[in-house]
Amino acid sequence: MLAYIIRRVAQSALVLLIVGLVAFSMFTFVGDPIDNMLGQERTQEDIDRLRGQLGLDQPFPVQYYKFLENAVQGNFGVSYRQGRPVSDILLERAPATLELAAVSGLLAIGFGIALGVFTAIRRNGVLANFIMSASLIGVSLPTFLIGILLIYLFSVELGWLPSFGRGDTVDLGGWSTGFLTESGRKALILPAITLGLYQMTLIMRLVRSEMLEVLRQDYIRFAQARGLRERAVNFRHALKNTMVPVITVIGLQLGAIIAFAIITETVFQWPGVGLLFINAIQFVDIPVMAAYLMLISVMFVGINLIVDLLYFTIDPRLRVDGKGGH
Amino acid sequence: MAQDPAVPPKPATPVDLPVRDPSRLQLFFEGDFFYAFKRSPVAIVSFAVTALLVLSAIFAPLLATTNPFDPASLNLMNGFTPPMEPNAFTGDSFWLGTDDQGRDVFSTILYGMRVSLFVGVAAVLFAMVLGITLGLISGYVGGWTDTIIMRTADVQLTFPSILVAMLIFGIAKGVTPVEYRDQMAIWVLILAIGLSDWVQFARVVRGATLVEKSKDYVAAARLIGRRPWAIMMKHILPNVLSPVLVIATISLALAIIAEATLSFLGVGAPPTQPSLGTLIRIGQGFLFSGEWWILFFPAVTLLTLALAVNLLGDWLRDALNPRLR
Repeated sequence: MLAYIIRRVAQSALVLLIVGLVAFSMFTFVGDPIDNMLGQERTQEDIDRLRGQLGLDQPFPVQYYKFLENAVQGNFGVSYRQGRPVSDILLERAPATLELAAVSGLLAIGFGIALGVFTAIRRNGVLANFIMSASLIGVSLPTFLIGILLIYLFSVELGWLPSFGRGDTVDLGGWSTGFLTESGRKALILPAITLGLYQMTLIMRLVRSEMLEVLRQDYIRFAQARGLRERAVNFRHALKNTMVPVITVIGLQLGAIIAFAIITETVFQWPGVGLLFINAIQFVDIPVMAAYLMLISVMFVGINLIVDLLYFTIDPRLRVDGKGGH
Repeated sequence: MAQDPAVPPKPATPVDLPVRDPSRLQLFFEGDFFYAFKRSPVAIVSFAVTALLVLSAIFAPLLATTNPFDPASLNLMNGFTPPMEPNAFTGDSFWLGTDDQGRDVFSTILYGMRVSLFVGVAAVLFAMVLGITLGLISGYVGGWTDTIIMRTADVQLTFPSILVAMLIFGIAKGVTPVEYRDQMAIWVLILAIGLSDWVQFARVVRGATLVEKSKDYVAAARLIGRRPWAIMMKHILPNVLSPVLVIATISLALAIIAEATLSFLGVGAPPTQPSLGTLIRIGQGFLFSGEWWILFFPAVTLLTLALAVNLLGDWLRDALNPRLR
């Protein structure tokens, strides 16, 4: 058990080191930031001054060491495009993305599990079949088209909800929240649905198939034979036993939500980290790209590690297999 | 029994009857695969739709009413003509209307689909070649090589492929000099989507190779002294291809959507070579002013294409691999 944990943590650290190398090599090999930062009318003096300021005149190993040292402290340099420290920009943008991700994650989990249980119990019902077919379409629709569709329906045609931005925000000690104002809450609805819909269908289909599997087991029949109420059988016996794979997938999907937020944020011009990243790619703003890469890697690697370890503790059957190792 | 008419009929002794091997085409049409195809309406419809869209993309220059990228053929006065209605100034009428610059939406869709399909197919081919090669090597050679390749694959799998594609696109964009960026964008896109998608192929091929490796025919080939590379390519590869075909079809649908997403986000096909995603990006700008057709028709085309390829891939998986049914 301990050996497994140590190996897993070491692996994660190695991955992060490699990602760090990739992020760093982006700085050294990709283009000339000076070209991007200064306009057409630049003098050699301007170029030299900026090069010195950004530390681009130093040799490779020195720059690498500096990069690592700074990255660990959360310092990723100055954005080529905005001329401000990347960490400041990221911190300023993070609340928008996290609030969006949290709301759509909760939507996806809540509706996903509820609909999954419903479609499994009423396997042959008309409504359950309709939900299943609708979810197939939901899976094949690209996220950005769902967003556009919602904008067209609820903003252009009905005029109920705003089509872009975050509405008014309230500043709570550095954390700008949209939950406390009406326009902020209204602005959150469409992006949250857009982002959560795909994850919801995924969770729903998973819960459904796991439920169907479990409902076939003998202990469910036995519980029914004992005369337990249907509700008790469905929820206390069946749903509980489907939770292990569901929790794993939900954990892994948390990272996916943050990644897919890039698309949703672009459609709705949501001022979060994803929109920042897309703009960084468009303008080849390397420090922002590198910082985003590092941030998201830490998150993904961390989530994967936690899910793996959780799996190990939740399901005792795995421990037997785990001893053999690979 | 079909007889070749050029051969004069011989006395019908059972020994002399010219028994021809059925041709490959015949085998295909009489085989289980085609039978399953004939019996599945979903397969027939999705195949027909895919074929229609692919053919119209290939023959776009013949089918398009105008060349949307030839400025001489455009008339700015024709801008924002609604579908099937004559333009207020010029009296010209367009099936699917025109965009802000007077480009015929029908023609831009045909040319856009060309870019989308080209990028999708090329990216999947690239991913396939890379994945198959690495999978074969990983499975056949084993040891450290295997560990390194599969660990890399695992790490890449933890990141969503669209994110990987974006990062590769961003890095590649930075590496190319500014003046070539638009020209190179399509190739960078293929590289980005291809590199984000090889893992699937590598995993499946590796798994199948591990099974095939222990079979007698591989041992025989090794005993007669064939080189590892020849064994991998000539002996093992043909036996692991059928799952690859299924993954390739499903990957194609995903690649088309990935391309459209990247282009929609503005990190894909350049405005000079718009794909369906770029057209949707352009069309989104006119959604609020009521010119719905500039967005609607490219979006419907993209959906139809992706859905048809997806359904075809699903059916192919069931038909080629009965165990999964």
